[in-house]
Amino acid sequence: MQINPLEEKQVSRAAGQALHTPQHGVSLHLRGLGKHYGGRTVLDAIDLDIAPGEFVAIVGRSGCGKSTLLRAIAGLEQPDAGQLRIGDSGSGANGSGTSGSGTSGTPEVRMMFQDARLLPWKTVLQNVALGLANGEERARAALASVGLAERAGDWPSVLSGGQRQRVALARALVHEPQLLLLDEPLGALDALTRIEMQQLIESLWTRRGFTAVLVTHDVQEAVVLADRILLIQSGRLALDQNVALARPRARGSAHFGSIEQKVLDKVLEI
Amino acid sequence: MAGSASVSARVSAPSRPLARLAAALAPWALPILLIVVWQAAAHTGLLSSRILPEPWAVATAFWNLAESGELWTHLKVSLWRALAGFAVGAGLGLLLGLLNGSSRRAATLLDTTLQMIRNIPALALIPLVILWFGIDEAAKLFLLSIGVFFPMYLNTFHGIRSVDAGLIEMARSYGLSGWALYRDVILPGALPSILVGVRFSLGLVWVLLIVAETISAQAGIGYMTMNAREFLQTDVVLVGVLLYALLGKAADWSARGLERHFLRWNPTYQ
Repeated sequence: MQINPLEEKQVSRAAGQALHTPQHGVSLHLRGLGKHYGGRTVLDAIDLDIAPGEFVAIVGRSGCGKSTLLRAIAGLEQPDAGQLRIGDSGSGANGSGTSGSGTSGTPEVRMMFQDARLLPWKTVLQNVALGLANGEERARAALASVGLAERAGDWPSVLSGGQRQRVALARALVHEPQLLLLDEPLGALDALTRIEMQQLIESLWTRRGFTAVLVTHDVQEAVVLADRILLIQSGRLALDQNVALARPRARGSAHFGSIEQKVLDKVLEI
Repeated sequence: MAGSASVSARVSAPSRPLARLAAALAPWALPILLIVVWQAAAHTGLLSSRILPEPWAVATAFWNLAESGELWTHLKVSLWRALAGFAVGAGLGLLLGLLNGSSRRAATLLDTTLQMIRNIPALALIPLVILWFGIDEAAKLFLLSIGVFFPMYLNTFHGIRSVDAGLIEMARSYGLSGWALYRDVILPGALPSILVGVRFSLGLVWVLLIVAETISAQAGIGYMTMNAREFLQTDVVLVGVLLYALLGKAADWSARGLERHFLRWNPTYQ
């Protein structure tokens, strides 16, 4: 794995700020990952290495395969070629395969979808505690960390879209994931709620230090949140841009604007 | 000007509670009017008591039957038949609906056969039923069960098949599988459809009961009505008819109650 000095600085800063032990994020390695639907190649031999605790954004036009890539990482889709390895130790497998990180067994991978996907027949608290045995206290803590502690007993149908996504975020975080996958989770929200959610995600990531992979169509969102921006075009990685800006990021700064413009130009070029 | 304003204020204030009372009574205005007209026509001899007895006679007959205890005997027998028929028919419908909805293999094996049976009207089976089961309780139970089976089966099947696939995917990615997935996602998701099936079946069981009780019976509301017809006791006949109507209404009301409880998370029930 090549170590980029800028990347190294970002990772160690994130790791240092994590409340939990530094290996709270897990690395991700893709080799030759391919996926096709019928005759159409969606992903073409993707090679990718993501360091623990890194925040990576994947951008691209709609239909470029970025969601497919994320779902392959999550294990929701089976790749047709290549290897995928989550964590450093253990062996990978052809097609798909997750392996354990050295210390804690199988790494926890959680995903946030574009729609909140809350179970409408369970209260907010029960939704956050999904999949947890005796998890009520931890669920309450997770709800508090996204600022919705007082809505614990409500049905999801009475919440707004932004609040539902916050509950979905709490549900993902309550499992203390080492890898958090975000599939355009803010796409359906209004602009102001989107900015608040970005700040929330960034602060939780800074505090906990998990590895985050965010798929988004919004280039500005990618520049705000990510250490590294990847662009998928024609099934391949067309751009791997580091974002060496100090956090929290000022949207109006010249450097911010230049990075955003560079990525946007590449996205729009074909 | 001020004087007329206070006059109009005085006139409109008392009519508001009056308006509310009128609004509450409005749906009952027509039935009450009909009963009044009916009573008048019967009393003046316009309506022969052999065609339609006066409402007062019906009420008296009801009272007499209730006092002598006969009403309760017949009511108990009819209720028992309806409940048994519902339990067997709807219970089987629920089980097979769950089975065929969840397992594609089971559906391939069983569904076509069931659809063929469904297209035979239950009432057309009566001659066969009498040949097979005689005219005893078994025949009635069979008729009721087979009639009540299909609405329950179809609605359960449809309910299971139309659970939101996105929710199932999310739940699986959060570690739910097998019984937990069924209990937390699939069954609650199918419940609105299943309750429609319950409501349908509960209404249908009364219709079928009327026919089943005319095949031959020694007790029950149908028996009471048939007997009264033989003796030209039209008031008792009407009591029987009214009882069926009331029981059907009570069944529908209890089905609605079930819906209100189990679907209270749904915005339409809030």
